[in-house]
Amino acid sequence: MNPTDSPKEYNEYVTKKAPSSPILKDCFNAFWVGGLICCIGQLIFFYCKYKGLDQTSSSTIVSICLIALAVFLSAINVFNRIGKFAGAGSLIPITGFANSIVSPAMEYKSEGYVMGVGAKMFTVAGPVLVYGISASVIVGLIACFFI
Amino acid sequence: MEYFQSIDWMTMLYCFIVGGILCVIGQILIDKTKLTPARILVIYVTVGAVLGGIGIYQKLIDFAGCGATVPLTGFGANLAKGAIEAVKEQGLLGAFIGGVKACAGGIAAAVFFGYIASLVAKPKIKKQ
Amino acid sequence: MKKLGKQTLQLDNKPSILNTASIVGPKEMNGPLAKYFDKCVEDEFWGEASWEKAESKFIKETVSTALGKADISSQDVDYVFAGDLLNQCISSSFGIRDSNMPFFGLFGACSTFVEGLCLGSVFMDSGACKNILCATSSHFCSAEKQFRFPLELGNQRTPTSQWTVTGSGAAVLGKRDSGPYITHITPGMIVDLGIKDANNMGAAMAPAALSTLCAHFEDTGRAPDYYDAIITGDLGYLGKEILIDLAKTKGYDIASNYNDCGVLIFDKKKQDTHSGGSGCACIATVFSGYLYKMMLEGNIKKLLLIATGALTNSTTSQQGESIPGIAHAVSIEM
Repeated sequence: MNPTDSPKEYNEYVTKKAPSSPILKDCFNAFWVGGLICCIGQLIFFYCKYKGLDQTSSSTIVSICLIALAVFLSAINVFNRIGKFAGAGSLIPITGFANSIVSPAMEYKSEGYVMGVGAKMFTVAGPVLVYGISASVIVGLIACFFI
Repeated sequence: MEYFQSIDWMTMLYCFIVGGILCVIGQILIDKTKLTPARILVIYVTVGAVLGGIGIYQKLIDFAGCGATVPLTGFGANLAKGAIEAVKEQGLLGAFIGGVKACAGGIAAAVFFGYIASLVAKPKIKKQ
Repeated sequence: MKKLGKQTLQLDNKPSILNTASIVGPKEMNGPLAKYFDKCVEDEFWGEASWEKAESKFIKETVSTALGKADISSQDVDYVFAGDLLNQCISSSFGIRDSNMPFFGLFGACSTFVEGLCLGSVFMDSGACKNILCATSSHFCSAEKQFRFPLELGNQRTPTSQWTVTGSGAAVLGKRDSGPYITHITPGMIVDLGIKDANNMGAAMAPAALSTLCAHFEDTGRAPDYYDAIITGDLGYLGKEILIDLAKTKGYDIASNYNDCGVLIFDKKKQDTHSGGSGCACIATVFSGYLYKMMLEGNIKKLLLIATGALTNSTTSQQGESIPGIAHAVSIEM
């Protein structure tokens, strides 16, 4: 059998030949970094509760603090190093969402503040909002008709 | 010191484990599929909204606190929860208002801080 | 000029490569070939406001360095063949615009440098031209911005992904009594074996390199051991292994004298580029900086230079199209 015979055979050959991601190491790093970010959130949450805030406000403050932290780390060119090390560990928490907004905004500043920063800010985060908000509207509509 | 005494360390442990596991699932998606970060975030927020809508996700939040709310599934669940609660108060209109309202803080913070950062910061490449 | 076989042209008035120049960016200056380049620029912006402007400056400065080293003025250049990866080849056209030289903008993705050498040598062979300039550039940041993700996005690069070389290379063709001469050109066909992963360019382009390699050997009747070195453009570590494997199935053993510019330019252990370097500037800087000097010093007497390109853009990859590859070869001999 010759790998160049057909696309199917070539793809199989390449898949076999290509180095695979070090999944165990990646998962371990993602686990502890992701867990740690959530714990930082939890400490802020407890602090808000300790100061007497309610559940909802505390959660919002946690989000805002973690977003501010992620934006700061992106701005000083550190977040992408954390992301390279931790992968999903920094992507999946709300920090990843914040980074996905700030990174294109910084990059497209050279195309101006409106069509550059303003528009490109949502290249990655836009879909998240589209699907998140649409899903919430559907859930709300279903709730409206069945409750 | 009083603050440290108010910390519930068991919740912290569950938070670490649940948050970590949600990230590991994402890592497996990154390594084993060709999904881009944008797609993974979209999957997380949508799954979160569905699980939030049917009420399962709230149980995870009660168990693990920020371990469930900080990952993007929590963002989705919060959108859904907001929509349902608003529907209970305002009916049909609530379906359109509730979700975004519940997440307004996070969205506004990300957009605002992101904008400010873009004014002052410059992207850089790794030299080594 | 004589046509050999299906694809190859044998040149009669063999153009000589009068001189070359190469300028590279910050990561390349920490690589193993740093000492061969004419200039290393530490700042990826090179004092400009954007990466696109910086890339134009790379090609502009490289062109003027090459002309300076060859000791000819821009008046004496008949035609320029240049191209790059950015949309509509803006780095080349913006870099060349103030130089008052007749200009052909080429697009062959990362194969552009050898595409330029091919066309330039045919122009030279016509006898009507005195000097031809070939140049290409690429820039890691502008390429990532156009094809992949923002630089500050915290994502992981896959093990098969390659690192776009920041820099520019240029070669001046002319007539003289000493080499290195371009003796044969083998422009390649587009080959697509259905690789869709935009982070695995090496695998997407290797079949095209194989096609051109085989065509060159069949047309010229040469065998791999005719050459001291067979060098591909930017197949990277994976693509290099694949090409060695594939060549074996066609009965050519190239393992001993074959290497890839994407493998040569970075240090695999220290520089964490995953599958090696890529981009128009990969072969352009490695040839102009390293290989050309090796030829002048007599370490390489017969070189087969094959530049590989992936003819894709971000729209086609989003639409789920596979990645067509192309490879052009030139035979360069002392």
